[in-house]
Amino acid sequence: MSAQLVVTRGGTTSRITLALLAFAVIVLAATPWFFGVGGSGRAVALLVYVLLAVMWNALAGFAGLVSIGQTLFFGVAAYTTIRLSNAGLDPYLAILASVAIGAVLGYVTSLFMLSLKDGEFAIGMWVLSSLAHLCVNLDPLIQGETGTSLISLNGYAIETRSSITLWLALVLTLAVLAALFALLRSPTGAAITAVRDDELGARSIGVNVIRTKRIVFVLAATGTAAAGALWLASNLNFQPRAFFGVHWTAYMLFMVLVGGLGRIEGALIGAVLFFVIETFFASYGAWYLVGLGGVAVFFALVLPNGLWGWIGPRLPGEAIPTGYIINKSKT
Amino acid sequence: MSAPNPVLRSDGISMSFGSFNVLSDISVSVGTGEIVGVLGPNGAGKTTFMNLLTGALAPTAGRVELLGRDVTRLDTAGRCHLGLGRTHQVPRPFLGMTVFENVLVAVTQGRDVPAADPIATAWDVLDQTGLAEVANRRGETLGLLDRKRLELSRALATDPKVLLLDEIGGGLTDVEGDALVALILKIHDRGVTIIWIEHIMRLLMQTCTRLICMAEGRVLADGEPKDVVESEAVQVAYFGAAA
Repeated sequence: MSAQLVVTRGGTTSRITLALLAFAVIVLAATPWFFGVGGSGRAVALLVYVLLAVMWNALAGFAGLVSIGQTLFFGVAAYTTIRLSNAGLDPYLAILASVAIGAVLGYVTSLFMLSLKDGEFAIGMWVLSSLAHLCVNLDPLIQGETGTSLISLNGYAIETRSSITLWLALVLTLAVLAALFALLRSPTGAAITAVRDDELGARSIGVNVIRTKRIVFVLAATGTAAAGALWLASNLNFQPRAFFGVHWTAYMLFMVLVGGLGRIEGALIGAVLFFVIETFFASYGAWYLVGLGGVAVFFALVLPNGLWGWIGPRLPGEAIPTGYIINKSKT
Repeated sequence: MSAPNPVLRSDGISMSFGSFNVLSDISVSVGTGEIVGVLGPNGAGKTTFMNLLTGALAPTAGRVELLGRDVTRLDTAGRCHLGLGRTHQVPRPFLGMTVFENVLVAVTQGRDVPAADPIATAWDVLDQTGLAEVANRRGETLGLLDRKRLELSRALATDPKVLLLDEIGGGLTDVEGDALVALILKIHDRGVTIIWIEHIMRLLMQTCTRLICMAEGRVLADGEPKDVVESEAVQVAYFGAAA
């Protein structure tokens, strides 16, 4: 009788989660036929929130990089979409090009930002975002805070436009989620979590800390850029303050902290919760923001690990399995 | 004392924090297959010495050689890839990961030559250090002894040629200490050179082929364990004997 190592990475819980996610994707893809232009617009908003939450969570929850300036990538991607489409590129190609530009910007930014620690990094990112905001304002096409529109999208019929934007948002969101999932399940993913838990300990066992952080940082920049370009495609108007504003950072923080830091499931739930709250309460103006703050305070006091921090441990296995369960069985 | 085939060598390394000299002109050479114990009173500079050897700190003067290569400017991860493993005085487990995942990271990230089967390799290490039974527990749930075992497991998982242990015996019972000694001797038998900072003399005397005593940032004595322990300077500086 010989012993055999059995590694488990997923089970019933993850299979049910996959089925639920597949169902959600089908519903979202079919939205244009059942809920029309308005429904498609809301679906894009949900996907943008998912992108923002999952990417901010990847950065803060997995790599320990708390940034309050991710609007750098959100705003720059929207701006480059405007610029490229104004130069004659198809607006949807401009969106894809802007996502790529976001990735490059993320890589270049990482070369000097990742040597900063904790608060320095957080504030440094905000400074970069503000700097980009000011530079964009100087562009005559943008006309300061007056802004401009993605007028080339008007070349498409409104139904076509809203459907294409939604499907593009769905594809980009799934691609980013798949990339993050694959990354976290890879050996590099475990190294990323190790760096978050103890940087010195990680260095001691050979982890290249800067390289590891860079991978997550660039992915987060790419996903956040996709969110910015999609938000523009959905809303058409580009006013710099609406894209570089610090309120986006507050939304990202809210979604991740309420959903649960350090788990993809937490970010997804946080995004959905934020979307629901916004859908039903945004019309209350200032009281809506007060309510958001109240919810955040409630979670900080009662459920500091977020919704998933409460739900996750009660489930038999991981919903989105990135870890390992190992046992030795006799065969 | 210089070793014939040095795997790790410090050549006149010094370390200052501002005007305060922590280490002064330390030259130590450790040969292949040695088990070198390092002892000294608190504040002697032992952990700083280890941090300079592993690259966690950069010396203000002098150089460090690992396997004949100047690694003075090489970072900790780079030295780990060359074959230098270490444990920390205060264990640093990755709290959000399981014990198995902690070791798996070391297997996949810390080796220059990748392990053929990282899963099996990580399991073997845990089996060797007695942690296999708690492989699926998260690091945050471990007690002190298991955290120290995990620290050692992770260092072993990088397949080190030289292993630096920083007070790994602290807080252990006599039985646990004996088990640790047996494990360290087993690791040594596989050809790993060991440098062990420790306060518990019994463990060092059971294990080491050579002893270095440090005090006030200098090497006070270096040689056969019995000779070092009996030397007058060590008796005064470390054991508090009257001069």
